[in-house]
Amino acid sequence: MTIAEKILSAKSGSGSKAGEIVEACPDLVMSHTATWRSVSVMQRIGATKLYDPGRLAIVLDHISPAKTEKYAADQQTSRNFARNHGVTKFYDVDAGIAHLVLMEAGHVLPGDLIVGTDSHCTIYGSLGALGTGIGYTEVASVWITGKLWLKVPESIRIVLEGRFPAGVYSKDLMLYLIGKLGADGCNYKSVEFYGGTARDLSISERMTVTNLSMEMGVKCAFFPPDDKTVEYLQGRLQDQSRYHPVLADPDAEYEQELPVNVAQLEPMVACPHEVENTKPVGEVAGTHIDQLFLGSCANAKYEDLVVAAQILKGHRIHPGVRMIITPGSKKIMLEAMNSGVLQTLMESGGLVTNPGCGACAGDGGMLADGEVCLSTANRNFIGRMGSSKSQIYLSSPATLAASAIKGVIADPREFLN
Amino acid sequence: MESIIQGRVYKFGDNINSDIIIPGRYLIYIDRERLGQHAFEMLGDGFPDKLRSFEILVAGRNFGCGSAREQAATAIQGLGIKAVVAASFARTFYRNAINDGLPIVESPALYAAVQEGSEIRIDLEAGKIHHDGKEYSFPKMPESVRKILELGGLANYLKTQLPTGL
Repeated sequence: MTIAEKILSAKSGSGSKAGEIVEACPDLVMSHTATWRSVSVMQRIGATKLYDPGRLAIVLDHISPAKTEKYAADQQTSRNFARNHGVTKFYDVDAGIAHLVLMEAGHVLPGDLIVGTDSHCTIYGSLGALGTGIGYTEVASVWITGKLWLKVPESIRIVLEGRFPAGVYSKDLMLYLIGKLGADGCNYKSVEFYGGTARDLSISERMTVTNLSMEMGVKCAFFPPDDKTVEYLQGRLQDQSRYHPVLADPDAEYEQELPVNVAQLEPMVACPHEVENTKPVGEVAGTHIDQLFLGSCANAKYEDLVVAAQILKGHRIHPGVRMIITPGSKKIMLEAMNSGVLQTLMESGGLVTNPGCGACAGDGGMLADGEVCLSTANRNFIGRMGSSKSQIYLSSPATLAASAIKGVIADPREFLN
Repeated sequence: MESIIQGRVYKFGDNINSDIIIPGRYLIYIDRERLGQHAFEMLGDGFPDKLRSFEILVAGRNFGCGSAREQAATAIQGLGIKAVVAASFARTFYRNAINDGLPIVESPALYAAVQEGSEIRIDLEAGKIHHDGKEYSFPKMPESVRKILELGGLANYLKTQLPTGL
């Protein structure tokens, strides 16, 4: 059995094969700024009791702190709900992006089934959990009933081999794969990453990979849990006995196996207005930019900030551009503060905001007509960061840092020895 | 929801994402009317109002990709659209449409056959679409899904379950 088949079998109490529909009980139901919408569904249907408040996790990450009275009222609804129902995994506007906060806090374990009001729940597969996005009405339904129907997905094996060349990162790998397979290349599928290179990737890089996998349409994506997973969870799990890694069987059936030699990759850029519209950086080098955004659940982790700071150290960003840095979480921001990374980023000319989703969710950093943004986020859809006449390019933190210095899209390899 | 849905189609291409269907800045709303007023507005060119004279949307591959925002389905209903037929749907949109009471049908053949303004007739119970004298079959929905659609979405369905099941 594949990892998806095993987890969905365990959570539904049945032997589940790809293609079957099961009724499964999630271990964790994540809701972010959308929480108030699920609360309104509960009120509308007259439900008052939760199946298990211990399975809820609420993080106020998009548009936080509240930008308008409406957001303030909605956040108040979410806070009151958490308090009244005894939801202990509640994180307020100071914490950061839900996905990163929940993993940092040890709420995500290998083998868990996690659903939530966000498509990028796929990121939980970096720790071997099955994470997938659902809407707010369905979140309310799982709050009340403790279960939902899920189709057991077919699985694809992606085998990563070779060494990443200097200046090429997991973001570039994913932009390459999304460009090659397309925005629906893995629609409804589960993707498992294997190979020596997959084992060598840090948890932070695995997060980028499983996060961006969503942009190929996946239902879920996995790195099989290993010693790196154990190391990441050390000190985060309150109860070590909950660690039960789920691995695929040697005779598991895959729809497809795709080998990728990362040694042949180059820094990649996704061009407006679809993530699958990718090109090697050389083909777009010199493109005018107005704004840079180092943020999002894809690439605002500590390692990402370090990569950008290493390139920016001793440089000033080009006078023609502005650079917004939104650390993924408070923990990440503190670490970057203590190590001097934040100072480097600020001294280079960057503007550091509070942790959270920030400009990726349209919270500050909006773009005017005709403006161009280079972003480390996971989506470049038309109008996502402001005007429908603005443009968003996506890249790794290294490409972003190099481009900030040059004031146009630039190859990060120029800045590496 | 009616079993027979009939009307004129507006035709989109591939990869219409949920940021296009309803931009993030309007997720402060959950009601159909207000969401409908802003649906597809990023496309300019008379959207969304020009969609109000059509009853059915037809699209290419991967309709509703991107964000899991449920309001993508709600906004389409706010325009008075009765159903969406696409060559394929992104999984989050597919689920949200059912849970929001919006009928969706996968039919790459119909997508290839229609033009903007074509008249089609969808028979959800029979699993067939009629257009220009031809029939296009699609797999019938499971009974549980049909029940949710018939009741107008998952919230209404849950309501029927409350007294006994919860």
